[in-house]
Amino acid sequence: MRKSLIALAAGLTVALTACGGGTTGTSSTEPSQSTDPSASQSEAPAASGSLTLWADETRIEAFKQLGEAFAEESGVTLDVVQKPTGDIAKDFIAQAPTGQGPDLIVTAHDGLGQLVENGVIANIDFASKADKFNPVAVQAVTLDGKVWGMPYAMENIGLVRNNKLVQDTPGTFDELIAQGKAVEGAEYPILIQQGEAGDAYHLYPVQTSFGAPVFKTENGEYIAELGMAGDEGVKFAEYLQKLGKDKILSADLGGDQAKQAFLDGKSPYMITGPWWTTEFKDAGMDISVLPVPSAGGQPSAPFVGVQVAYVSAHSKNALAANQFMDFLASKDAQDKLYELGGRAPALLESAASLDDPLIKGFDEAGKDGQPMPVLPQMTAVWEFWGNTEVQIINGQSADAKAAWSAMNDNIKAKF
Amino acid sequence: MNKQASVETPPLSHARDLTRPGFYVKLVLMALVNAFGLYGIFASWAQEQWGILGFLVVTLIIADYVYFSKRAIPAKYLFPGLVFLAVYQLYVMGMTGWVAFTNYGDGHNDTKKAAITQILATSEVEGDVSYPLTVVERDGELGFAVVQDGQPLFGTADEPLAPLDGATVDGDKVTAVDGATVLQLNDIVQRQDAVLQLRVPMSDEPEDGSLRTRNGSTATQSLPALHYDEAADTLTNTEGVVYKADDKVGNYVAENGDVLKPGWRVGVGLDNFKYLFTDSRVSGYFLGSLGWTFAFAILSVLTTFALGLVLAVIFNDPRVKGRVVYRALFILPYAFPGFLAALVWKGMLNRQFGFINQTLLGGAEIGWLTDGNLAKLSILMVNLWLGFPYMFLICTGALQAIPAELTEAGIMDGAGPIKRFFNVTLPMLMVSVAPLLIASFAFNFNNFSLIYMLTGGGPNYPGAPFTVGETDILISMVYAISFESQKQYGLASALSILIFVVVGIISWLGFRQTRKLEEIM
Repeated sequence: MRKSLIALAAGLTVALTACGGGTTGTSSTEPSQSTDPSASQSEAPAASGSLTLWADETRIEAFKQLGEAFAEESGVTLDVVQKPTGDIAKDFIAQAPTGQGPDLIVTAHDGLGQLVENGVIANIDFASKADKFNPVAVQAVTLDGKVWGMPYAMENIGLVRNNKLVQDTPGTFDELIAQGKAVEGAEYPILIQQGEAGDAYHLYPVQTSFGAPVFKTENGEYIAELGMAGDEGVKFAEYLQKLGKDKILSADLGGDQAKQAFLDGKSPYMITGPWWTTEFKDAGMDISVLPVPSAGGQPSAPFVGVQVAYVSAHSKNALAANQFMDFLASKDAQDKLYELGGRAPALLESAASLDDPLIKGFDEAGKDGQPMPVLPQMTAVWEFWGNTEVQIINGQSADAKAAWSAMNDNIKAKF
Repeated sequence: MNKQASVETPPLSHARDLTRPGFYVKLVLMALVNAFGLYGIFASWAQEQWGILGFLVVTLIIADYVYFSKRAIPAKYLFPGLVFLAVYQLYVMGMTGWVAFTNYGDGHNDTKKAAITQILATSEVEGDVSYPLTVVERDGELGFAVVQDGQPLFGTADEPLAPLDGATVDGDKVTAVDGATVLQLNDIVQRQDAVLQLRVPMSDEPEDGSLRTRNGSTATQSLPALHYDEAADTLTNTEGVVYKADDKVGNYVAENGDVLKPGWRVGVGLDNFKYLFTDSRVSGYFLGSLGWTFAFAILSVLTTFALGLVLAVIFNDPRVKGRVVYRALFILPYAFPGFLAALVWKGMLNRQFGFINQTLLGGAEIGWLTDGNLAKLSILMVNLWLGFPYMFLICTGALQAIPAELTEAGIMDGAGPIKRFFNVTLPMLMVSVAPLLIASFAFNFNNFSLIYMLTGGGPNYPGAPFTVGETDILISMVYAISFESQKQYGLASALSILIFVVVGIISWLGFRQTRKLEEIM
């Protein structure tokens, strides 16, 4: 009696698992999409299947719409998954080797060094397209002589002016501060966000105007040698100290506080990027975007950030993923992303038709700009750079020169 | 159990008696368990996850034995718990322990096999011409057809590109080939592994390279830049530089020290554990942080307990009116998510814009979070605000459990209220509360979210060789060392094991002490 019952249970189990096993079969062979024989005999050039793409909250809408256009063209659906900005690269590096990661990710280009170091992204066919792209964008996605991702948009910071408070801008940073101080009702001559951990990115146009770029360049590519370790860097550090003493810069002024102060008309100028200008415009402000005036005599060159899509080295659907890359390089796709994302396209053909004066202003502000370095050594720079600057600004480091050289020594020790 | 009944007929459990629903419930549940188990086995088979597969097979066999056997009655109750123990505790602990002895982290993210594949795949040098490509199957073999100078060419893995007869050319692309099948995109996708790996030599000369495709519709010329010698386990580039596998560091290293990326995970012995003690630049900060961690954990427990206890005693007195309302209000901070509260406090404590300075102190610029000592004080105060409701709750509960006769006996013996509190109430209270205080200590010792959200460990020490601040406790310092710039999972695991040892020893000592408290009962 009991034995027959066990047999019955076993039978039930097998019946149930037959269904379960069936679904496993299809899901595990996901890479070789659509095992339906009729599909493979059809004459339609369209492929089938799906790709998974990770994007953050600012890019997800644009890529969802782009995915629909791609599906129409190729038959491959794009499954866009939202991830927090800071988690995309981190989770991708951890998950890609297990085979559970996405086929594609979209992030800013500055994490490239880390992605390459961990061997999680594949290089793409780019050589035949290279001259169609902005050289700065190409430099941004190139590491060790290879191109690793498809650039689609570029952004950099510039000087945003509140035209209600001032209408013309002097040629040097010191004159600009003097002008800002004279504006009635303005609390700050200029807003440069810092926060307690510092913000070297927003100070970089000022730093480069002293001729102290973070890395030296050779043949248009960064080399792992600090460009800010010399006297020029020290001059910049001393200038920072002066700005801190004069209360032009303050560690208390984080991004949100700076934005709010600008919105409230408390300052005629702010150094920021295109991510906030929409908000300023929506608030009814009359603004212009200009290059940052030089503080140290040389042209100010902000970092250029490039938005990139990467293909996973572990993608089981690499073919379709590379087709998406080609699609992303098309004028239609870049136009669409410009329309949806509001950043200057990386494709020259699309960039030529730019008409927004603010985006053009940022373009002008970034004309001397260099891409943010992707050398693995850059992580060491980020670790100390902003911190040291903020310690000089708030007076925690009384000797600017000593603090600056200690920073350079610490960075070099990590190389 | 009714003894008489068991003599007459052996007791039949619900789950065995065919006439009762319990049996069928069990049957359905076990069928589901088996279904999911087998699903998992097939899935892990397909993903080639042998470890998971083995675990599932063993677990499933044991589950079926336990629930269909007559003998394994205790196991029927224990089994689900044991499975969860294995998955959520033993596996995690084992994994941490294993990772602690490896260099798992940035640059050493995967296995050696994956590293070799990636090095070879990314080392190919590619030409800058792309040809429109047709993938063709002839005699069961895949090949590429391209058009060069108007001439259709065809080749396979073994045959270099050669002129192709019987091809229909449309523009710069071959569209049909006599006696062979032109693969459509969908077929290419189906066989993408073969298509992506196919390299068709351009000519008989190897230095001309070969054609490859990534997207199935265009091909580029590619030249391998590295040669892998499996027997010697070396990679050689076109200039003859030999990169040798170094299994101690997990990289291919050339004689001049050049390293190929990526590397792979290797065991590094005790290196991760030694890091804190051997690197003199680090150990100074480590000791400073260790001291502050103890101070923070002990002071947090003492201050929250003291405030919670005082309030509990006051609001336990029947003479206080509206006690229910007050108690509800006191619990409020406890109902807030801790990390959210920490962020709100961070805003309120901002030197220039914070509510505390601006409104309460009339615009004073006090660096609550930017001055080292004040930041420590701020952390303790915020933690007091966050933590006292918990202490208030447990003290109120414990006070109400103390028999009123004891207090009455104290009054009869002529003890005053203070003497009664310290000689009767407090010792009684400590019996039930002391273990919770130890738990609270252990929790605060690793209270990462408060530190990270409130000060981020800052203000940072100027010139420190890594980002470490005056308010960093051990766990947040571990985070700063091993995650803030380079991800070093191996180091992070080793350091967290060290922290576990410290917390474990203190808790053990603490619990031994509390047993003495119970002796007064």
